Amino acid sequence: MVAFSGWNMPVQYSGIIEEHLYTRTRAGLFDICHMGEFILKGPSAAADLEKLVTCRVDDMPAGRCRYGFMLNEAGGVIDDLIVFRIAEDDFMVVVNAGTVSKDREWIEGRVSPETEFRDISDITAKLDLQGPLSREILGAVAGDGREAVEGLKRYNFTEMDLDGVTTLVSRTGYTGELGYELFFPPEHAERFWDRFMEQGVARPVGLGARDTLRMEMGYSLYGNDIDEEHTPLEGNLARFVRMEKDFIGREALASQESGGFSRILTGFICSGRRSARSHFKVKKDGEEVGEVTSGAFSPCLKKGIGLCYIEKELAGEGTGIVLTDGRVEIEAGIKSVPLYEH
Amino acid sequence: MIPQDLKYTREHEWVKIEGGEAVIGITDHAQSQLGDITFVELPEVGKEISQSDSFATVESVKAASDVYAPVSGKVISVNEALQEAPEAINRSPYGDGWICRVSLKGKEEADSLMDNSAYEKFLAEAH
Repeated sequence: MVAFSGWNMPVQYSGIIEEHLYTRTRAGLFDICHMGEFILKGPSAAADLEKLVTCRVDDMPAGRCRYGFMLNEAGGVIDDLIVFRIAEDDFMVVVNAGTVSKDREWIEGRVSPETEFRDISDITAKLDLQGPLSREILGAVAGDGREAVEGLKRYNFTEMDLDGVTTLVSRTGYTGELGYELFFPPEHAERFWDRFMEQGVARPVGLGARDTLRMEMGYSLYGNDIDEEHTPLEGNLARFVRMEKDFIGREALASQESGGFSRILTGFICSGRRSARSHFKVKKDGEEVGEVTSGAFSPCLKKGIGLCYIEKELAGEGTGIVLTDGRVEIEAGIKSVPLYEH
Repeated sequence: MIPQDLKYTREHEWVKIEGGEAVIGITDHAQSQLGDITFVELPEVGKEISQSDSFATVESVKAASDVYAPVSGKVISVNEALQEAPEAINRSPYGDGWICRVSLKGKEEADSLMDNSAYEKFLAEAH
């Protein structure tokens, strides 16, 4: 167990590699209660969110969710998040654990007076069920709700009765596998955990494997790969930014679009098992050309992998680089994400 | 169970003295702290190592860790199997997970190391 943003989190249960591979082949159950959730309600909630996040909000039907960023005026990323449209005037926003208070302050200071804002993080438990068998497992636990589970498309969600408890179930996740995220009152968390385990298929998976799973997909981790000092353009995440609408940080991004920027985020695969870690320098022909932001061993590729910022001209597929912490030198090649594909 | 026929360091290495030679590895406590081991940097055969100096590296999924020499000597063989299957250290830290064999400079250095009951006590005190 390890301390993380005021929570006591499991890094692993049986072992990171075993949990990782089990999630990719069968199913893993993750305790993600630490993440934050906000409610925004009212006739101006949609318009408020439209200004706050980079993804389109107004055209989302009820039951749809979308990934995007909340930016500061300089275009730097305050957080990455998912916006859920529960109803015309009713939204849930899911944010990272470490940024809950920062995000809350930012949003509260910028919503219309008639928008009701509530931080429901402390009264919302979250479990992620991810892996090829997750649909079957969730269907079995859902009983009568099984049809709703089977019909659920990616980035859609539904509210269902799970064991007598109203639960929001979205088809979203951080692993690259078929999977679901479940939101419900925390007093039921242990019972839900047991219900899933009773099926005898899913295994508990900790933060260690959560990190290696997302890294194989090339998904960014806030605080490592994206932060307030980098824009989504630098993060190679422009597809989650709708420049045709007005939002906080848009002007800064527009300047960056015309003015250019020097380094961009991309993936790499090391030549062998030795892995590079955060803050390793990226070198090309002896010159420092970038920095590693995430690095770990990939259980599927059996090589070191990660993400790095690198001079844009060198970000091409296959570019040979050397990753170093001053002591160790690791050869690697640039690979655009995902780093692992089924 | 902490093997009785080995000696131990405060950095959680073990050493087995076999006449003028010694076999070196890391303890069960060390492998359990590290988690799944993903890479081992073995010393070169012929390398001279000095007691307490870092002579090898063991990497787990998320971090790298130095291995310190319990005794001084010259590396005469290394466990090549660890290149492809470093998880042997997790599975069998005192057996198949051995790291290298050295020819000893002298036997006195090993005398200053902990025996199994001292190491057991050391582990209990640290937690």
